[in-house]
Amino acid sequence: MRKFKEFIIEKLILVCGIASIFFVVLIFLFLLKEGLAVFNIVGPFNFLFGKSWYPISDPPQLGILPLILGSLLVTLGAAIISIPIGVGCAIYIAEVAPLKIKEILKAGIELLAAIPSVVLGFIGMVTLVPIVKNVFHLPTGLTALSGSIMLAFMAMPTIVSIAEDALYSIPKTYKEGALALGATHWQTIWRVMLPAASSGILAAIMLGIGRVIGETMAVMMITGNAAVIPNSILAPVRTLTATIAAEMGEAVVGSEHYFALFAIGIVLFVISFAINVTADLFLHKKQ
Amino acid sequence: MIKKGLMVFIMLMFSLSAFAGQGKNSIQIKGSDTMVNLGQAWAEKYMEKYPGDFIAVTGGGSGTGLSSLISASCDIAMSSRNIKDKEIALANKKGVNPNEIKAALDGLAVVVNPANSVNKLTLDQLAGIFTGKITNWKELGGKDEKIVLLSREVNSGTHVYFKEHVLRKNDPNSKEEFVPRALMLSSSQAIADEVAGNSSAIGYYGMGYISAKQKPVAIAKDEKSEYVEPVIANVINNKYPISRPLFLYTNGAPQGLVKKFVDFALSKEGQDIVLVTDFVPIKN
Repeated sequence: MRKFKEFIIEKLILVCGIASIFFVVLIFLFLLKEGLAVFNIVGPFNFLFGKSWYPISDPPQLGILPLILGSLLVTLGAAIISIPIGVGCAIYIAEVAPLKIKEILKAGIELLAAIPSVVLGFIGMVTLVPIVKNVFHLPTGLTALSGSIMLAFMAMPTIVSIAEDALYSIPKTYKEGALALGATHWQTIWRVMLPAASSGILAAIMLGIGRVIGETMAVMMITGNAAVIPNSILAPVRTLTATIAAEMGEAVVGSEHYFALFAIGIVLFVISFAINVTADLFLHKKQ
Repeated sequence: MIKKGLMVFIMLMFSLSAFAGQGKNSIQIKGSDTMVNLGQAWAEKYMEKYPGDFIAVTGGGSGTGLSSLISASCDIAMSSRNIKDKEIALANKKGVNPNEIKAALDGLAVVVNPANSVNKLTLDQLAGIFTGKITNWKELGGKDEKIVLLSREVNSGTHVYFKEHVLRKNDPNSKEEFVPRALMLSSSQAIADEVAGNSSAIGYYGMGYISAKQKPVAIAKDEKSEYVEPVIANVINNKYPISRPLFLYTNGAPQGLVKKFVDFALSKEGQDIVLVTDFVPIKN
């Protein structure tokens, strides 16, 4: 009887484990099925590198280069802001902060992760956008920079918690050895702890970036959504995610526009898959 | 355990009754963001009058509403543009037969920040601004400031109407497009907010959204014509050049509850609500 119970539970867990992979494969197949149809209308090269996005015109122009560049620019900006702050914060929490402050900081960061992105977008729209406009004397504050700053807030919890875990998991002997050899606390952190945790920290960064590139609501609200190839971070951009979110409701099922949006989905899937795989590689290198 | 099971059972019954109710005495209305306030006002008054019936109204854009009608996930689609031939073909393929009912009129206001000294524009100038040929307010007699263009997203009937009737001047062969650097905002309210806070912005939306924080611009057909303010009287007497009909689309001729609601919307009472929500009644 007991063995039988064991057996059932084991199989149940196996099914749970396989289910997630099964679903990912199904999702990807569905994306492919719906998205690849767009290439009957526009070639892959013209789709990826076309400069005009006019999906509802007749005939539609389906070039997503401005959208890809928009997504990359916002992500790059967010990475530049969130990586130093996030890693710095992780070092402080793991190595420097007294216990009490550590607890407060950790709770604060968890809280930051819990804010829904639409709320961050809304706050960004009423506070950050006017500031960006005034500080840089821009015609409008709805720019890639506003999006980057807001997304940096979203990437930070991921970066901090995973990087902090990485720093924690370094064997105590490393630190003790460095200190015993007469290194200062800072030298220990900089020369011993950080290199030892580097693969974990890189993984943390990649996962943070993965979160940013897939983020939709906040960027849609504050980046202006102009489908133009951005020439600076102070220009409005339209991201891949915002395009899908804004246009999916309109697209008639089975139209060129509908297929094109699924093809954008494929592009996004490939990008975040690549990022996750990279993060995974770093994580495994550590072990 | 029994308690839990009971809870699940009760919840199931609730959801079942909700589904069952949908066919009987409730209808779904979906579509144009421009019309969502109007639709809700109609639904409220209607439900006051006929307490047993339930009307759910949601926005999302004219395209969203029409594609829901085509996929039979709503009973009435609100649309601020005519249905496209493509959409009719698709609907027919799915056995849906879109039926057009003109329910109200709307003047499309072009708004700027109150600090902007430009008060009037011709349709040509407007087209020039939104296609990117005119880039600075000084070309229009204003300050030396770059024009910030605000447009609705492509799922908006307002976007489509503005493109076809202002940018392309009703010419089906025209290839004019919004210049790519135009900012695409997801709601009329977002445009209203941005215009209120940005002295170099220009945007467009249904007259109902005008408030003291934005300044509507008087529009003329061409230089020789009279400049006309976007007010209800000018839409009724057909003087204002960018006004448009607002439609309700049903699957086939309205029947049952859908007919009851459409009749209510077109009644004197319904048309009074049109006026209250800052749109223009179709008949006086």
